[in-house]
Amino acid sequence: MCAAQAAADNSSVNSARAGRLKVFLGMAAGVGKTYRMLREGGAERDAGRDVVIGYMEPHDRPQTSALAEGLEALPRRKATYRGTQLEEMDLPALLARAPELALIDELAHTNAPGLEHRKRYEDVADVLAAGIDVFSTVNVQHLESLKDQVTELTGAYVRETFPDAVLAEADEVVLVDLTPEELIERLRAGKVYPGERIEAALANFFTVENLLALREVALRQVAAEVEAKRLVVEEPLGTREERIAAEVPQAVGERLLALVRPQPSSQRLVRRAWRSAQRLGAPLDLLWVKPPRLAIEGEVGCQVTALRHLASVLGASFLIEEGEDVVAGAARVVRERSITYIMVGESLPRRGVGRLREPLPQRLMHGTPPGVDVRIVAHRGAKEESG
Amino acid sequence: MSPALIAGLAALAVAAAGAALLVRPLRRRRAERPQPVHHILLPFTGTEISRRAVDAAVRLARAEHATLMPAYLATVSKQLPLDCAIPTEAAKAMPMLEAIEQRATAQGVPVDARVERGRSYRHALRRLLGKEDFDRVVVPATAMGGIGLSGDDLIWLLERAPAEVLILRPAPSDEGRLPATLG
Repeated sequence: MCAAQAAADNSSVNSARAGRLKVFLGMAAGVGKTYRMLREGGAERDAGRDVVIGYMEPHDRPQTSALAEGLEALPRRKATYRGTQLEEMDLPALLARAPELALIDELAHTNAPGLEHRKRYEDVADVLAAGIDVFSTVNVQHLESLKDQVTELTGAYVRETFPDAVLAEADEVVLVDLTPEELIERLRAGKVYPGERIEAALANFFTVENLLALREVALRQVAAEVEAKRLVVEEPLGTREERIAAEVPQAVGERLLALVRPQPSSQRLVRRAWRSAQRLGAPLDLLWVKPPRLAIEGEVGCQVTALRHLASVLGASFLIEEGEDVVAGAARVVRERSITYIMVGESLPRRGVGRLREPLPQRLMHGTPPGVDVRIVAHRGAKEESG
Repeated sequence: MSPALIAGLAALAVAAAGAALLVRPLRRRRAERPQPVHHILLPFTGTEISRRAVDAAVRLARAEHATLMPAYLATVSKQLPLDCAIPTEAAKAMPMLEAIEQRATAQGVPVDARVERGRSYRHALRRLLGKEDFDRVVVPATAMGGIGLSGDDLIWLLERAPAEVLILRPAPSDEGRLPATLG
């Protein structure tokens, strides 16, 4: 089953599910996700709920194993794959046991071939659909959308992933956080991996730089989840048709548009726009409104290639709209892509009849849908001269 | 031909001659004005660059009326496509390019920056050399082992670059490295 199909299936199951999903999210192995899940599971049992461990990875961590001792654990199912015996969660047994709450570790895990589902999050969807609440754990690096980012940050390729929709539709996401220094201390003390794996882990994945980067990714992810849930609650009144008719962009988050021209000075505008987009956690589009008769060749062609290349490096989209009127072209893109923020370069000093024309930022303010901010990025040369 | 028509034609001829006299100096001035056709490539890696190298490149560019082309060389993990977005590397590159542009622009030197991806610094450099036209390369030899272009990379550059290569070794007094946050 392809990932998209799995995501779609999972999404449909989630929408019909009766159980509640709580996910303990961490930046890396060893931060204490399983420990926290077991502790909260234990508290639920003490409060009188029927709690069962569906599957747990003790990772040879004595403290974690000690916490699990007081909880009922379902026997694991044996599966043989290429001559190796693997232990997996017994989904049919869990559904038959039907507890009120199931603790299921490692949401992104890939099951052995031949079981009901390929991935554990699909097992979890079945458990939720049966009306059983689930506590589960996962590391942020396994999120499908973050896989490439994490690989770039750490150099480690992430094989096991799960769709973002699973986390987005979880009822609760709890970030289990630890500073990189504390985690490395735990690693050195043998609380994460057995002795023979410690040095290799410290030399490769568990560096302060990697952990700082992963921690930032995890914190941002949880912040985004919180914001998304808050914004759904605060959805504005009126039907979607009415909002579209009013031309008010109802984007959940910000989306930036930088108006560029094929010249080197536009690169500064792009850099500024990208940094703003990074701070806002927003996508960035670059737009050049190309005069109809201008051919993309020679110096113009070189600069268009350079802008396209820069957009690719930054993960931005580079758009070319043909038209005489920059404002009309920009307004069209603003509406189509729900832009909330436009950045333009400072206009060159106007001469002759050009003085009579309204400046571009003002025209943009009037020509684009209401609620779209316009920011002018000062031209470095002009600033130096005046300053 | 009526006298009025003759007078009109004479007035037109005088106006045309005057315009030609005005336009010629303008054209001459434009022709004399150096055109920014030259490019000086300044490849670099990491989060700082020798201030000496930047200043040398800016001085050269200014003297030769050239455009400075600072180029950040980024490495992409083999696990990722070579043309993928590299936000982490870009987060290092953008402030550096900003700082170099600020320094060059203050000297009246135009800047046309680049970011090039490769599996290694040399691979990125090779891709850059294949794409861009330039007349000189100014490259800082790093004093820090393991960071930036290695000695082998510099030899490779000397052999392959289709332009003059100026390798600046850090002077003992060259403690000033241009950080991303240039004041």
